[in-house]
Amino acid sequence: MASAISNLQRHRSLPSEAVAQATQDPAWVRWLLTSVALLFVAFFLVLPLASVFAEAFRRGIAAYFAAFKDADALSAIRLTLLTAVISVPANLVFGVAAAWTIAKFDFPGKSLLLTLIDLPFAVSPVISGLIYVLVFGAQGWFGQYLEAQDPALPWLQHWLIARDFKIIFAVPGMVLATTFVTFPFVAREIIPLMQSQGTDEEHAAITLGANGWQTFWYVTLPNIKWGLFYGVILCNARAMGEFGAVSVVSGHIRGETNTIPLHVEILYNEYNFVGAFAVASLLAVLAIITLVLKSFIEWKYQQGRAEA
Amino acid sequence: MSIIATGITKTFGRYKALNDVDLVVPSGKLVALLGPSGSGKTTLLRIIAGLEHADEGSGKIEFHGQDVSRVPAGERGVGFVFQHYALFRHMTVADNIAFGLRVRPRTQRPSETKIADRVGELLKLVQLDGLDRRFPSQLSGGQRQRVALARALAVEPKVLLLDEPFGALDAKVRKDLRRWLRQFHDEIQLTTIFVTHDQEEALEIADDVVIMNQAKVEQVGTPQEVYDRPTTPFVYQFLGNVNVLRDVAAWSTTGPIHDNGRLAADGLLYVRPHDIAVSRHEPGTLGVPAVFRHVHTAGSQTSLTLELLHTRETVEAEISRTELAELNIKLNDLVLLRLRPSHTFQHDYAI
Repeated sequence: MASAISNLQRHRSLPSEAVAQATQDPAWVRWLLTSVALLFVAFFLVLPLASVFAEAFRRGIAAYFAAFKDADALSAIRLTLLTAVISVPANLVFGVAAAWTIAKFDFPGKSLLLTLIDLPFAVSPVISGLIYVLVFGAQGWFGQYLEAQDPALPWLQHWLIARDFKIIFAVPGMVLATTFVTFPFVAREIIPLMQSQGTDEEHAAITLGANGWQTFWYVTLPNIKWGLFYGVILCNARAMGEFGAVSVVSGHIRGETNTIPLHVEILYNEYNFVGAFAVASLLAVLAIITLVLKSFIEWKYQQGRAEA
Repeated sequence: MSIIATGITKTFGRYKALNDVDLVVPSGKLVALLGPSGSGKTTLLRIIAGLEHADEGSGKIEFHGQDVSRVPAGERGVGFVFQHYALFRHMTVADNIAFGLRVRPRTQRPSETKIADRVGELLKLVQLDGLDRRFPSQLSGGQRQRVALARALAVEPKVLLLDEPFGALDAKVRKDLRRWLRQFHDEIQLTTIFVTHDQEEALEIADDVVIMNQAKVEQVGTPQEVYDRPTTPFVYQFLGNVNVLRDVAAWSTTGPIHDNGRLAADGLLYVRPHDIAVSRHEPGTLGVPAVFRHVHTAGSQTSLTLELLHTRETVEAEISRTELAELNIKLNDLVLLRLRPSHTFQHDYAI
């Protein structure tokens, strides 16, 4: 005991630089590594973001806002919002259902389902778009169904033709493609969370007489709410910013099937740089809001962790 | 309310967790399911609760003579306490306890004031008054376990099932809490089953102990019965220390080998350390010769390690400090060992 204390005192009496040298790299290494990292961040993250705004405001504020007065721009914004409003809730419901199934039950084919959920991450968005064109396009199953002489459910064919219902090169196809691409975000976020929480609380609720809905609503959901929120904002960011898959199924009909990213591309190709960057700045703002929300949620989440 | 399980079998994939298990818990008793991990005790408890189901067509669970095998967990009237408490972490203590009352259908749900009264009553019962606004994360392990108990009792269950209730607590709290549970059980008189792998815990507080091993029930009895009269070698070894002796013929000359099932079906002799008497090696004295190798003196009893002369087996004997002093032996001295007649008889306990 006495020797331990004297050891401690000896350590304490060491000059502080000596301790620092033992645990830290030399100053020039620290400076070099820090500056490399900062330069990298500046060059690849800050510079592009700043240049988006710089280009957008190059001709002044009036020109910036003029870009949003264009009917096509407004329609692109509206369509982007519509796609997100449909695909995000769809993936929210799906994600929770899938996570619940995977985390709380054992069944054969569970790992296959987990792999399938990741499929949209693994497949190039352009391929995802093409899949939908092949399935729902004029030459695909849907097209063949509309052309068929004696279709199953004739009333449905009749109804679809009467409304001139289209999937590819129309809004339904874009919603489908967006939903497919953003499919894993919510599920992936909450599956590990629910798995780590186990099933004890749910079982406790059940023995106390709660039904399935009450168990989910009062026990499961409050435990995953921040993870869920996190998944939703990431899903939303991707849904609004998706380009590849949507580009393939949209057909680029101005004022009808253009979303914000597609509209930016069109403006850019027409050398309307101010317009292109002005509209692009919307997506940049969305990205910033997403990041702020994400940090906020992470902070809340940490607090929740600290409490539990 | 009595609980009867008959012919319960449960397999997980290829693994048999329970193999044709029967269990009878008389009304109002506190019964321990005791066994090593993997013996199937928790699975049995969960099947009784309705959280798991026995294999199709493999037997039934009856509460008070009524078959509840197909009754969902929420309607069986069981209070279940989980090893890791499973408190709802986002709810206060009061909300946790009130949960079971609040999720009732509207027609059976008590008013909020009645719920608040009931919560207050239960908090007093588990000695946690004043902690109603705390969150589970702000409580100690022992407090959490008592909240879990109060929550389970709020719905007025007819049986109480506790899964390793003290397993996650440190030794001191564990001891206090299990004595408290025994008193608590005497007060509320609710049929209770608790699962444990701690033999001391089971022997101390249970009315009956059910010893499980490898998906089967090995023995059922009062703590005294299972400790003093183990019916299988497993129970002998699982409950307390035991010497396993090969040379039955030599030992049979020194004392009763049939007492309390010492001579097991496997032809070996199972003898507890305190049932071995040690004496000095003197000519003409009866006993199995052994060499005194080691002594461990802590507590009221001293534990001697001895090596048998003929079979080289190591034997433990427990004698009192006075006996050791009277023996007056040194390490590596030759001594004689005998079997003490067993003093435990069933009718002793009726006094």
